[in-house]
Parts: sequence; structure tokens; C-alpha cells
Amino acid sequence: MKGTAWKFGNDIDTDIIVPGRYLIYTDEERLSEHCMEGLDPDFNKKCKNGDFIVAGTNFGCGSSREHAPIALKGAGVAAVIAESFARIFYRNATNVGVPLLEAPGISKIVEDGDEIEVDMENGTITASNGETITFKKLPPFMLEILEQGGLIEYLKNKK
Amino acid sequence: MPTMSEKILARASGKENVEAGDIVIANIDVAMVHDLTGPLSVESFEKIGTEKVWDPSKIVIPFDHQVPADSIDSANNHMIMRKFVKEQGIENFYDVNAGVCHQILPELGHVVPGEVIVGADSHTCTHGALGAFSTGIGSTDMAMVFSEGNLWFKVPETNRFNITGQLKENVYAKDVILHIISQVSVDGSTYKACEFAGETVSNMSISDRMVLCNMAIEMGGKTGLVEPDEKTIKYVESHSNKPYKVFNTDLDSSSLNLIDIDVSELEPQVACPHHVDNVKAVSEVDQEIDQVFLGSCTNGRLSDLRDAAKILKGKKIANGVRMLVIPASRGIYSKAMDEGLLKIFVDAGALVSAPCCGPCLGGHTGIIGPGEVSLSTSNRNFKGRQGSPDGKVFLSSAAVAAASAIEGRIVAPE
Repeated sequence: MKGTAWKFGNDIDTDIIVPGRYLIYTDEERLSEHCMEGLDPDFNKKCKNGDFIVAGTNFGCGSSREHAPIALKGAGVAAVIAESFARIFYRNATNVGVPLLEAPGISKIVEDGDEIEVDMENGTITASNGETITFKKLPPFMLEILEQGGLIEYLKNKK
Repeated sequence: MPTMSEKILARASGKENVEAGDIVIANIDVAMVHDLTGPLSVESFEKIGTEKVWDPSKIVIPFDHQVPADSIDSANNHMIMRKFVKEQGIENFYDVNAGVCHQILPELGHVVPGEVIVGADSHTCTHGALGAFSTGIGSTDMAMVFSEGNLWFKVPETNRFNITGQLKENVYAKDVILHIISQVSVDGSTYKACEFAGETVSNMSISDRMVLCNMAIEMGGKTGLVEPDEKTIKYVESHSNKPYKVFNTDLDSSSLNLIDIDVSELEPQVACPHHVDNVKAVSEVDQEIDQVFLGSCTNGRLSDLRDAAKILKGKKIANGVRMLVIPASRGIYSKAMDEGLLKIFVDAGALVSAPCCGPCLGGHTGIIGPGEVSLSTSNRNFKGRQGSPDGKVFLSSAAVAAASAIEGRIVAPE
């Protein structure tokens, strides 16, 4: 996977990913219109399908709103790569089919707007300057859930 | 030598012993969704295709975030949930007139020690104050619970905060938990159970213990917990008919990390924007305010209203400052009315609203505009949490909120 990296800092909370006043919506498109708007009102416009978010520690802290990973999915985010993730968000993102890659050191080698390449099979991320960083590869069952677009689709296809 | 989390998860997964790091499938005793996370859970449940929920008696559905409906979209969400309640025969349904989920669950007897409780709301960790293992989950996980009655968990390690020292006057549980979060940081307990123990906690009321457990998530915690004691049993037996089982932590457990916290010299605290660990003593903060919110699942209980009313009695809220008082449940609202607390608030110039989450999450009422400053007794001060991303939210106890409303700036009560 190749795409542009949009970079954010530490402790990006779910109110930033999608503010509380939009939780009355449940569809990807409407939620994505407000994705990250508190920090970058143009995020949804500039994020293309297949782009990445790169962030610091504790990405996704705060609320249990599944609207947050749904908004990222709607915005076209192919994966979030961060130093670390908050707990509830980690489960929710996997359940709706957004890969989360824990890659300590990522924020040091990637700048906002860089083109990066992610190799899910080998667990590597290559920055625009050629520097490579490894992430802990996801277990096969999790990759399968993500490939099928989330836990519900995965379970339905298994039946 | 297990912790209480390990013992509860072992019981719920039908095992003799489980250890931190194990993945277990635990049976769920209580599953809660509200009006904002419910519709997504129902949508996912319908996609799974199971016709009936596993056990309608174990599902609790309160409406609290957008009550009464403030838009056609909210009204639609409410209709989706009322239809689901009817179709599935869910008796524990609380419509727009009951109160905030994390208050009414214990108050109406849905929480007892030893249970595994999940809620599609991150502050579900509150219920550990009664010795249950209680944690927030997303809507897809909740759909799985609705269908199967169980869920996988990674058994957490435990951070046990041993809290000692007598609190000074005007220092409350809220100040203690803000202080703890500032010590360990907003991800200092990620994936861990947070136990609150020690003489200070023993001396605290159940309401105060709920304040501590409520904010465990603000340091990344999977749940907050307090070992049940006589106060817990008295509360549980006077609120619930359900059977319960008390579990305690063995202090020689290898998955236990002990953290000593001395609160004897603690001053009133305030969390400054935009992270909950950005905590200062009130005396170090020089800040004018536009709005004060007294309420929420953190500090909207009767004791909070009493603390605030004592300070506001006979006083007026500062010119240019607006204060919203929102009792956390109908029961609290009614008692506050009997005690004359609501009249004190109204006479001081505050708005008293019906029980709901209010401005806490910036989705319903009391939203702040660009550049405005809110002082709130709730649990999150994230950028944009209560409205405009250019607004600011500070967090404090009910007493600091009341004293500040009178002065128009953040101050400690005298």
C-alpha cells in the first residue's frame, strides 16, 4: 500500500476524530465530513482513498464511540500508524475494518504530506527518504477481519 | 494470588484461574447501550442476523445523551431504540425522563459486586466502585454481546492506587482523581485495571468512589475498581435484589503494580485544556470563565449538589457568567427538590435542567462558542469537547465550580 501520510501529535482523542455533536449520524459519509475537523477542517477534502494517518502515542483515547473509526474509514484512511493506541479504539477500529499499526519511532521518520509505503505482509513501513521501520505484524485472524471490511462481514462470510 | 479482576474474569469465563495476559471469553451479566451508541449497535446486530438477543433481562437501555430529542435525527435514533426495546422484550428501558446511564445503573439496582458489565460508553468503568468488572466497548462488540451473551477479553494487569491521608476541607474525590491522573498521565494505565484502595478510599462514600472509578478511563484504564466493604454491601442491598459475590485482591499478585498516593496536603485541583493530565492547583490558575456546568456521570450526584448549594446559598452568580445545573438522575433531582437545593441554584441565577448528559460532550445543550471558557464538573476537557474547537474546558469539583460561578473566575471555595 502506498499513500500520503497525514501527521498528528500525541493523545489524539475521539472528540477530535469525530466531535460529539455528529454522533447522531451513523453513516460513513456524513461522519467522514467532520473527521479530524477540530485540528484540520480540510482533512476530509485532502485525505484521498488509501492515505494514512501517522500519529504519536495514545491515538484514539477517550470515548467508546465507534463513529470515530467509521469516520476514518469514510475519509479513505487505509491505516493509522502510531507510536501507541488507546484500548477501546483499538478494538473498535479492527471491528469496523480500519488497520491500526503500532510502530514505535514512526513519528520521527515521517513528516506531514510524505508519501509512504506500508507492507502488511512483511510488517514494514518505508518513509519517503527510504528509511524503513518495522511494526508488529497483525495475527492472521485480524488480517482476515480487516480484509473483509470488519468483524460482522468476517462472521457472515464464515457462516 | 490473583487480583479481583482476575478472579471476576475467571468466574465469568468458567475457569479456575486466569492470569493477566490470558485471553478469555467471559459471560456478560449486564449490557448497556444508550441513545447515541444504541443505534449503531442495533444496526450491527441486525447485520449479524440473529433474531433474538441472548437474554433481554440482562440488557439495560437508558436514554441520556440527547434527551429530550433536540433534532429530527435524535428523534429518529430514539425511535430506532424504542422499536428494538419492544421487539426484543427489553424491560430495563429508561426513556428520556430517567437520567444519566452511569448513575441510574447503580441507583436502580443493575450493578452488584462480582459481575462483568459492559457498556457502549467509555465511562462504564464507573460501576467498579461497587466491585464489578465493568468496561466500555464499541457498538460492534455490543452487537456480538446482544447475539452471543459473551465477549473476549484480555485479562488486564492492575495498577492499585493506595491512597492515604485525610483530605483537607474543600478537597474532594474529584481533586484526588485529577491528581492521580496528573501523576501517571493520560495513558499511564492503558489496558490496566485501576484499583483504588487505602484509608482515604475506605472513608469515602459510594458516590465519591464512583468519581474515582469514573475517571479511570482518563488514564487509559480498562476499568476502575474498589474492593467491596460494609458501605458497598449496604448500598447494594438497599438498591438491588440481585445475588452478588465479593472478590478481593491478593496483595502478593504478580500482576499488581502498587502506587502510593498521599493526599493529606492536596489542594483543590483543576484540569486545564486540552488534556485531563494537565492538572494544576486552583491557586495557580488565573482564568475568567463564561459558563459553569455542574452535573454529569462524574459529579452530578446529590452530594455534589449539596456541596455546591452550601456555597451558592444566598449568593448570586457573577454577571456575564451562566451556570447550568443538571442532576444526574430523576431520583437525585427529586431529592434535591425536597432539600431545597434547586431553589438555591435558581435564586442564585443558575439554570436547572432535567437529568441528561448536558454540555459534557458538546452534542445537546449548553454548547460553548469560539473563545469561550467552560468550567465543568465532568470528565473530559478535550479540544472541542463542549462545542467550538476554539473554546476551552477546565475540569473541577462541584465546590470549585460553585465558588467560581460567584466570582466569574476559577477560584477555590473559602
